[in-house]
Amino acid sequence: MGGLDLSFFNWDVLSKFVLKGFYFSIQLTAVATIGGIIFGTLLALMRLSGKKILMYPATFYVNGMRSIPLVMVILWFFLLMPTIIGRPIGAELSAVITFVAFEAAYFSEIMRAGIQSIPRGQVHAGQAVGMTYAQNMKLVILPQAFRNMLPVLLTQTIILFQDTSLVYAIGAYDLLKGFSTAGKIYGRPEEAYLLAAVIYFILCFSLSYVVKKLQLKIAIIR
Amino acid sequence: MDWQVFLNDDGSGRTYLQWMMDAWGWTLAVAGCSWVVAMVVGSLMGVLRTLPNSPWLVRLANAWVELFRNIPLLVQIFLWYFVLPKIFPAMQQVPGFTLVVFALGFFTSSRIAEQVRAGIQALPKGQRYAGMAVGFTTMQTYRYVILPMAFRIIFPPLTSESMNLLKNSSVAFAVSIAELTMFAMQAQEETSRGVEVYLAVTALYAVSAFAVNRIMAFVEKKMQIPGFIVATGTGGGH
Repeated sequence: MGGLDLSFFNWDVLSKFVLKGFYFSIQLTAVATIGGIIFGTLLALMRLSGKKILMYPATFYVNGMRSIPLVMVILWFFLLMPTIIGRPIGAELSAVITFVAFEAAYFSEIMRAGIQSIPRGQVHAGQAVGMTYAQNMKLVILPQAFRNMLPVLLTQTIILFQDTSLVYAIGAYDLLKGFSTAGKIYGRPEEAYLLAAVIYFILCFSLSYVVKKLQLKIAIIR
Repeated sequence: MDWQVFLNDDGSGRTYLQWMMDAWGWTLAVAGCSWVVAMVVGSLMGVLRTLPNSPWLVRLANAWVELFRNIPLLVQIFLWYFVLPKIFPAMQQVPGFTLVVFALGFFTSSRIAEQVRAGIQALPKGQRYAGMAVGFTTMQTYRYVILPMAFRIIFPPLTSESMNLLKNSSVAFAVSIAELTMFAMQAQEETSRGVEVYLAVTALYAVSAFAVNRIMAFVEKKMQIPGFIVATGTGGGH
């Protein structure tokens, strides 16, 4: 490896610069996944409700979000949030709000496919025993849909984790920023980026391995 | 709103509108070149992953996919732009545009390879045997029997991957390629007219993504074979 010197990198550097960013990336991923699934499910239910007043706004929102690059969405929220809230907010908080709003669109597509994958007979069975729409969704449809969709949801979470690196655009302090800051301070930016790539790879590769195993397990039970 | 801002001079003798159009050109150039790289490499890797009797080629292609799929695109762009030229000094002569094209192209190739593999494996085994039965070599079997059908099957996900690629080209801002997102960030700072600038750039992205969608739909229609009906799938990812 001509010209690279990885020796600057030790536990001190890690705990001083990288861990803080790592925590934020994990936090951002977790909040965006949970928030995205909640709002995504609502959007999916709106789109499947059959009522135009609910369907059109939800469809417009989902298709709109899906047709613009995430970086632009991040920039948009960072630009508009202070005007909406009335006071400046930090890059980190702005990133969290952006990711929940953006991922909701993607999770809603997954949920919609999941709900539609449940045979109509299940809906009718629920109706036949006298369940309301809400009961039917909560007790019959959604539990099965979630289960069918679990591998896809987790895969989306891995993509989401990778995408958190794009908060670079507004300077939020995430895992990548942790590495690049350390690299700048120690005058070793190239080594820092290489290490960042290795860490991201290890995390994402092992996560997708787990998802693959899980997929097999679920497939057998079903 | 003040759309006049686009007629202002950006300090180098061109208007912001002209600058934005140049930036749009760069976005399309990055996306177009990366698309070619991604399709060529992705198809090759996808095919290698399905080869019978060549376990090492299969492993190589699988490793390729895992490598380029599990590192964020932004980090991959930094690898191409900063790390590789440091390791291989000869690469310091390569322009940033080319490096970004390879970064985005290889990143997308892993997704294309996944689709191509899925498309090939979706075909009945009998197709391959039929090719062998008429005396085709493996190469001929793929060229004349398997790939023409596999590509038609995977056209819908290829369409959505192509649109993803266009959107992902925005990440090139990070290494100062003068594309749309870079323009948006700089023009917003210079003019303080963020809403107008972002609206225009967002519209251009949406128009481009829609154009990609229409072009792919047109090609898909042209390639259709009567009687060979393919179910459309939903694409994930970004």
